[in-house]
Amino acid sequence: MWDYTDKVKELFLHPKNVGVIEDADAVGDVGSITCGDALKLMLKIDKETEKIVDAKFQTFGCGSAIASSSALTEMIIGKTVEEAERVTNQDIADFLGGLPREKMHCSVLGQEALEVAIANYRGVDLKKIEEEEGPLVCQCFGIHEKLIEKTVMENDLKTVEEVTNYTKAGGACQTCHPTIEDIIERVWKAKGQEVHVKDEAPKAKPAMTNLKKIALITETIEKEIRPILAQDGGDIELLDINGNEVLVALRGQCSSCKSAYYTVEGIEEKLREMVYPDIVVKLQKD
Amino acid sequence: MNDKVIYMDNNATTRVADEVFEEMKPYLTELYGNPSSMHTFGGQVGKKVAEARDRVMKLIAAEYDTEVIFTSCGTESNSTAIFSALQVFPDRKEIITTRVEHPAILSLAPYLEKQGIAVVQLKVDSDGRLDMDEYAHFLNENTALVSIMTANNETGVIFPVEEMARMAKEKGVLFHTDAVQAAGKIPIDMRESAIDMLSLSGHKVHAPKGVGALYVRRGTRFRPFLRGGHQERNRRAGTENVASIIAMGKAVEIAVAHLGEEAGRVREMRDRLEKGIIEAIPRAFINGDIENRLPNTTNISFEFVEGEGILLLLNDLGIAASSGSACTSGSLEPSHVLRAMGVPFTAAHGSIRFSLSRYNSMDEVEYVIKNLPPIIEKLRSISPFWKDGAPIAEFDPQYK
Repeated sequence: MWDYTDKVKELFLHPKNVGVIEDADAVGDVGSITCGDALKLMLKIDKETEKIVDAKFQTFGCGSAIASSSALTEMIIGKTVEEAERVTNQDIADFLGGLPREKMHCSVLGQEALEVAIANYRGVDLKKIEEEEGPLVCQCFGIHEKLIEKTVMENDLKTVEEVTNYTKAGGACQTCHPTIEDIIERVWKAKGQEVHVKDEAPKAKPAMTNLKKIALITETIEKEIRPILAQDGGDIELLDINGNEVLVALRGQCSSCKSAYYTVEGIEEKLREMVYPDIVVKLQKD
Repeated sequence: MNDKVIYMDNNATTRVADEVFEEMKPYLTELYGNPSSMHTFGGQVGKKVAEARDRVMKLIAAEYDTEVIFTSCGTESNSTAIFSALQVFPDRKEIITTRVEHPAILSLAPYLEKQGIAVVQLKVDSDGRLDMDEYAHFLNENTALVSIMTANNETGVIFPVEEMARMAKEKGVLFHTDAVQAAGKIPIDMRESAIDMLSLSGHKVHAPKGVGALYVRRGTRFRPFLRGGHQERNRRAGTENVASIIAMGKAVEIAVAHLGEEAGRVREMRDRLEKGIIEAIPRAFINGDIENRLPNTTNISFEFVEGEGILLLLNDLGIAASSGSACTSGSLEPSHVLRAMGVPFTAAHGSIRFSLSRYNSMDEVEYVIKNLPPIIEKLRSISPFWKDGAPIAEFDPQYK
């Protein structure tokens, strides 16, 4: 069973603003019955102030899709169109007190409906928007490049799995996974950061100076490993680095832990991921 | 939420019968001996395990006690059968199964394919029935094993495994059936059967989770899956899960005694439930071959609503069921069984499975019949695909 927040449950059981606005000033229809969720958003907008005075929705979808729709309408009523435009899917998720990771796409659906409705209000041609969506990436769920880019950008996504959770793209036949990987890498490059999303173990990274390697190992232990061990009352000490061999000692609770072996494996895996795939971790015995 | 749960998800798991719990209790407390020990304290436990084996034999009318191997679950039984066949016939590089098999079998396919084993998945028709001509076409001397479930867990559709096993035998091919869902609900008889191996699970028949069994017909070549001990006559190593094995023995003994009730009262409840629902709710239909189904299972699709919403609202009334909707599984595609049957997406997303047991009552059935229609109506009233009691064909989002 999904771990929904009370807010999600409440808005699913008693959604607000369900229904139809017959003379809506803006309508946004998104999704499809094939994907398993679809949303029709209708807005009443004051022409003078550009304020959204009413919003109603109809949703076909799971509990969190209905709750996300309700949340969206509550969030935008009273806002001007310009203010509403800035609402992101993360805002919708936050309003709900968070969504299970696999359900983030429900918040994206809401944000998309809003975007389409606003385009509709401004008389922007949806066909044109479609052109601007970029090429179709996920055939199964009809997800275009621009949406994936935007979602990766706004939510700091780094893996295909995350992209699937947020947009559904790549959730079925998986043939678009390489394309999604490319998009992730491109977006992060634009952000000025290298991200490797390929499934296989990272290819031999460019040769690294010893100094840089030591700095990276130290940093990884400080920032990634120590906090995790600290949760169980343990600690780690870096004793020596010899080529690819990292000598550590475990302190506190970890030192007496019978499964220290697994901890060492975990440390090694993390260092291999963050620093260099050939790292070997050795544990100093008392 | 009601205090009492109306539990209609018995194909997922079942409550442990009181008699079963009583039977296993001493073996979790004072009678903790190891059945392999030389002393009487352990020996008496061994005797009780033998009794449990005898009871499992009766469930499936097995002829020899050496034919029943206790395992940790249905999944282990399935894996044991498959990997045994592949080791016994290292030159045979094909396995035949179905597209609607349980994930315990189907999720092995990518792994097996990596090892160079072709996994043929037979298709089903819109009622979930297999095409016997297709089966005959694929069956050949390169087939290491055929593995076909006795009955499907989602729709309850029963497959002609006996006939299929005979066809396999004629070709000299081993035949395994996953009877986890069927055992205790319909009679199973190994005496005149051509089936070589058969998987069972305890927790589907009111025993606890964590115990299963694999029937291996005498004379069937076999290789163990778990090695490292002499237990189960060298065919499944590891100290026996004594209390659960004893529980499973008691549970199947009771199941045998209640087979008539399954075919009678349980079926009547299921039939009443589905009739009541179908009559009260428009655009609802039953998935699967109505003539050949387990007596306890019904799988109903409600068009234009999404299954998770139905489950959550049922849950709010204390009713436990399950759905083939994508949203409930965490995957993005609806049930692989319904998709293999070609059930349209509009209906697959809104499918609900009710699976009953002898612990259900007609009052519970009537309660569900009374409370389900408003739930579907409520969700349809929210749905953009539905208006005034009918679907809106023209709703087609521009932005998909």
